[in-house]
Amino acid sequence: MGRTINLKKGYNLKIVGEPEQTLNTDVKVRTYAVKPTDFNGLSPIPKMLVQVGDEVKAGTPLFFDKKLPEIMFCSPVSGEVAEIKRGAKRAIIEVVILADKKNTYLKLDTINPDNASREAIIEHLLKTGLWPFLRQRPFNVVAGIDEAPKAIFISGFNTGPLAPDLNFTLKGEAAAFQTGVNVLKRLSKGKVHLSLDGANTCDTLSNVKGVEQHTFKGKHPAGNVGIQIHHIDPINKGDIVWTVDPQDVITIGRVFKDGEFNTERLYAIGGPVVKKPSYFKAFQGAAIEGIAKNNLSTDHVRYISGDVLTGRKVDIKGHFGAFDKILTVLEEGDKYELFGWLLPSYPRPSISRSFLSFLKPNKQFNVNTNSHGEHRGMVVTGAFEQVTPMDIYPMQLLKAIMARDFDLMEGLGIYEVVEEDFALCEFVCPSKTDVQEILREGLDYMREQA
Amino acid sequence: MIQFLQNKMEQMLEATKDKPLMHTLVDGFGSILFAPKHVTSGDGTHIKDGMDLKRTMIFVVIAMSFCLLFGMYNIGYQHYHAFGMENQVGFFTKFMFGFFQMLPMIIVANLVGLAIEFYFAAKKGHSIEEGFLVSGQLIPLIMPPDLPLWMVALATAFAVIIAKEAFGGTGMNFLNIALTARVFVFFAYPTDISGDIVWVTYDYNILHQLFGMDLVAAGTATVDGWTGATPLALAAKQGWAEVVSKYSISDMFFGWIPGSIGETNKVAVLIGAAFLLFTGIASWRIMLSMLIGALVTGLLFNLAASSFEGLSPFLAVPFYYHLIIGSFLFAMAFMATDPVTASQTMTGKLIYGFLIGVVGMIVRVMNPAYPEGWMLAILFMNVFAPLIDHYVLSANIKRRLARSAKAAA
Repeated sequence: MGRTINLKKGYNLKIVGEPEQTLNTDVKVRTYAVKPTDFNGLSPIPKMLVQVGDEVKAGTPLFFDKKLPEIMFCSPVSGEVAEIKRGAKRAIIEVVILADKKNTYLKLDTINPDNASREAIIEHLLKTGLWPFLRQRPFNVVAGIDEAPKAIFISGFNTGPLAPDLNFTLKGEAAAFQTGVNVLKRLSKGKVHLSLDGANTCDTLSNVKGVEQHTFKGKHPAGNVGIQIHHIDPINKGDIVWTVDPQDVITIGRVFKDGEFNTERLYAIGGPVVKKPSYFKAFQGAAIEGIAKNNLSTDHVRYISGDVLTGRKVDIKGHFGAFDKILTVLEEGDKYELFGWLLPSYPRPSISRSFLSFLKPNKQFNVNTNSHGEHRGMVVTGAFEQVTPMDIYPMQLLKAIMARDFDLMEGLGIYEVVEEDFALCEFVCPSKTDVQEILREGLDYMREQA
Repeated sequence: MIQFLQNKMEQMLEATKDKPLMHTLVDGFGSILFAPKHVTSGDGTHIKDGMDLKRTMIFVVIAMSFCLLFGMYNIGYQHYHAFGMENQVGFFTKFMFGFFQMLPMIIVANLVGLAIEFYFAAKKGHSIEEGFLVSGQLIPLIMPPDLPLWMVALATAFAVIIAKEAFGGTGMNFLNIALTARVFVFFAYPTDISGDIVWVTYDYNILHQLFGMDLVAAGTATVDGWTGATPLALAAKQGWAEVVSKYSISDMFFGWIPGSIGETNKVAVLIGAAFLLFTGIASWRIMLSMLIGALVTGLLFNLAASSFEGLSPFLAVPFYYHLIIGSFLFAMAFMATDPVTASQTMTGKLIYGFLIGVVGMIVRVMNPAYPEGWMLAILFMNVFAPLIDHYVLSANIKRRLARSAKAAA
């Protein structure tokens, strides 16, 4: 057993509409999509292997990146390719599959990761569409094939707002998870690290063998893998580490164990305007339409694939991102508020004690998308530090990015963070700075220079 | 009504699209009336903390308002006291005297400052920023109340243009705006502002004209035994014994003494400081370390008092009394904690505050000409704040490099 790490900084953003741990079986998902934009580091126009109208099975390769032709991106379900959606400059933004009533899988080899050679395992991962689940830091991009990582990190709990409870969503998947871990063990030069929640034991994860277990206690973002890496084995200049989501570890396990590209998982739907926040079962990249039907208390809403801090706004016709497991629905807050900056007309979350809400630390807030203020120059200092449990100076790093000061960015630890690690900074910023966007620009800049 | 105002505002914003100055004006006043209906972009976080810059700034203004209210009363009190008439006029008269003395200054400082801010905002094509809310109240609070209004206007204009807009506006300045205004008057018109000669307004102000209170006509009152020296000036020249013979400790604590408008009542300052600390708007690190810096230096002075002949009366002032003479607490609560001009790193704030405490005490006590140090100490440390941050960041970078080297070995 590893050590327990207590993190003092952070903020638990509590929102009305936490998903109840019940399975809603009425949800019918008709279409699924694979979105190249979910995977950082790809060129905008991948090479398509299918055309509209083609029949595919779950596990049939759909496209690959021209610079990384070994890495296949596969269909999560069987059915017909319904649409290849293009965005600006003909970039492919969605490959949409109209799902069959009954899902059929492409038959894949089953491989025992303990006996197979490392090369065979890598080849299997590439071919079966599992490779894109391996994400590489620095920069949070699709893992490189040539260089083995120093270590692989899995965060075994969520601390984000309305985050699905892994104790519920991973129930009964211990065997697949163990196989997945066995695969990852063969890929890492060093260890496979698994972080567990100090406040809530997850039975599926706590008995996994062959990993270095760590226990984290603290507020959000303690559940972010980036924060955990920083405290377990930080990324130094030149280091490469991989991160894998526990759900994707299970998918890897299923492919090696059962020979099926089975991405089935539990999704959550939550948020203040959701009448019955709950869970439902579907595959990777499920369509939004139909999920929230008859389940919202208002029409003027924003659908977010992911949580309110890091998720992306999606259209009602859109699909879940590959790594997102919750659909958050919020009311759009495009309303004026009389003297709202001084006398708020409804309670709102804040780390500032200038609001009386600090008296009720467990209060869940009925939030909306209003920005509660306009963009300003950076004035207040110290707020970012309150929610960043790392030995990193967020504001100074952001300023270094804005100045495109390569050495300073590197010195201040840009390799150790990705957008989600600074998401709370963006939330708390009184000047309403687009922190995550600035950080992404910095990460892209560093990657181009490297 | 609210709906009507909103519609009217939107119409006016639309109509003034190609007139930047008007547009900024409408936008500026509209955003005071209504929190905007902006929503998050969809690329970043979808919800935001309720705190924004307007709220931050207005809370500082609220924190200072105790000082302002007491300051107004004290202007009246000191005025009538100078004529030996403090028992002949009531509370209200004293307050109103101060109010009418302060009002023109507040109006002038805000008009001049905001006009410049609006001009630059329109020119740069963005909305007016709130930073001046605080400066506009601080400037009158740290000036002597009988300063000619044209000097207030000139100092404000100088501070806003040279110290702020020249460097890019809100968040970009490296000198405290209000202190820059004061230091401008201090060096440009040294006879009108100083720490040792007391301000007492001998002129009539509008109160007398309005209410016909010709109480203080020439020759009707005698200035009885009035020395016109602040406790600070007395301490510098004659030592602590002389101070306590003129003013009691409680007078100094509760502010019944002459001084700059905002600083005399320590209770009002402490209430404001507590409010800022509780809401987390001001940095406790800066306040605490500045306090420690001043006390430690004061203690060293006490110990060394006997070895410096000429300075010894001031050096011997018990170190804890330095907190209630002069504007130490006010500077600590409202000046040093300005987040833009202070050090921005947590460690840096501790060093920054401590050094202000040390430098301020040195300037206050060792300086033969002018017995107050906080304005100069804070401006001095404003200049050094980026350097402090630089070393704090360098330490972080070195830690990271050392970690890399250790991992590689």
